[in-house]
Amino acid sequence: MNKISIENLTLHYSDDKESLQNISLGIPANAITVIFGPAGGGKSTLLRVLNRLNDLTDVSFMKGRVLIDNEDILDPRLDVITLRRRVGMVFARPVVLPMSIRQNLTYGLEVAGEKDKSKMDAAIERSLIQAALWDEVRDRLNDPAAALSGGQQQRLCLARVLALEPEVILLDEPTSGLDPISTGKVEESLQELKKTYTIVLVPHSVQQAARAADYAAFFLQGELVEFAQGDKLFTNPTDKRTQDYVEGRFG
Amino acid sequence: MTRETLDHKLQELLDDTLALGTIVEHAILHSVEALKARDIEMARKIYQKDKDINHKRFEIENGAIIAIATQQPMAMDLRILASVLDVAGELERIGDYAKGIALITIRMGDEPPIKPLIDIPKMAELTADMLHRALSAFVEYDAQKAVAIPEEDDQVDGLYNQVYRELLTYMISDPSTIDRATYLLWVAHNLERAADRVTNICERTIYIATGKRDEIDSSDDEALT
Repeated sequence: MNKISIENLTLHYSDDKESLQNISLGIPANAITVIFGPAGGGKSTLLRVLNRLNDLTDVSFMKGRVLIDNEDILDPRLDVITLRRRVGMVFARPVVLPMSIRQNLTYGLEVAGEKDKSKMDAAIERSLIQAALWDEVRDRLNDPAAALSGGQQQRLCLARVLALEPEVILLDEPTSGLDPISTGKVEESLQELKKTYTIVLVPHSVQQAARAADYAAFFLQGELVEFAQGDKLFTNPTDKRTQDYVEGRFG
Repeated sequence: MTRETLDHKLQELLDDTLALGTIVEHAILHSVEALKARDIEMARKIYQKDKDINHKRFEIENGAIIAIATQQPMAMDLRILASVLDVAGELERIGDYAKGIALITIRMGDEPPIKPLIDIPKMAELTADMLHRALSAFVEYDAQKAVAIPEEDDQVDGLYNQVYRELLTYMISDPSTIDRATYLLWVAHNLERAADRVTNICERTIYIATGKRDEIDSSDDEALT
């Protein structure tokens, strides 16, 4: 079952730096779909389309459809705030709010109108457990979030997204600044989270792509070169360009 | 990942596999030569040589494991390394068959031969030749060459059946030949198995080139034919 269907999506920025060329791709629910390829290939652009972050950038041309549960999210009448609650995003560099750990998690809920304290407490615990951070912070939820290590901050950012109970989680190189142990923790929590959520990951290396991918899409210069199950794509890719890239012959 | 490091390592492993193949090929040929000439001294040398074969197999295996661990190979590189691991194992087993034949020569000692050996040396030559070409195809990832070789296994199987029937006739007509005939039957069986393992090497070559895992020859099992 595809959660997201991208149909003939073409996008150009006004400076022509990066673009997407007629992309059609189905992203399955309850799986990790990895979007990978060399820099400038369109990975981040595609990710930003999925929760309309591109609304604020200088897009000169866009056509095609992006459906989430059969609803076109590119429709200008769509409520973007609601969309971003359904489609959460974690960035490469963790950006924690200058507040306590607890407030980092409740902020979004409060903005969304949640007032019930017990519900908020439950959301804090659930999201921290899901992000594999609960055991490390349960006794110091009122400490400033900035005091956490980089790896913990990144997991807090993931928990912040999870607190809002999204349907889709987008992750743009979420472990690029983390040490191997923190990276392992984030990757492990993704394996747990995919049971509940649809996950789209832009990995920071081909190795991470191979480790994480249930499905993998290889992007090169705005083109979707190959989409396949991860097991297939990293052992026996169909396209020569995919093979050359995963074998480290370019990029 | 640096391509040069991995390319260099892959080439080294393929060269080593080819070198091991040459040793094993000679072991098969010489084991039957020793049997034919009843040269116990030569048989002992072949028997000893198996230790080198095992050692070289572990060296190759180790090299491949290190390359996997340190270079994180993908796609065809990964298929090559996985296949090198497998082929090194197949070669080691073929080496064991040669060792087994040498052991039979040693055990037979100076017992008089029951018949001149004709089909068994033919089997050895065919097997060694198949092995030689299978390894050339392997190091060149040449699926076309590899796919043709297993057909020749039918000739080895045919010779094996011929030897089997002939030795059975000897045993029925003169039960005092049973011991010696059984020894020769083992030799023929070892050669038949060795040729089957050549088929496995060919399957690996096809896997490297195409990513497909097809069993070429369904007669490749441990049952007596």
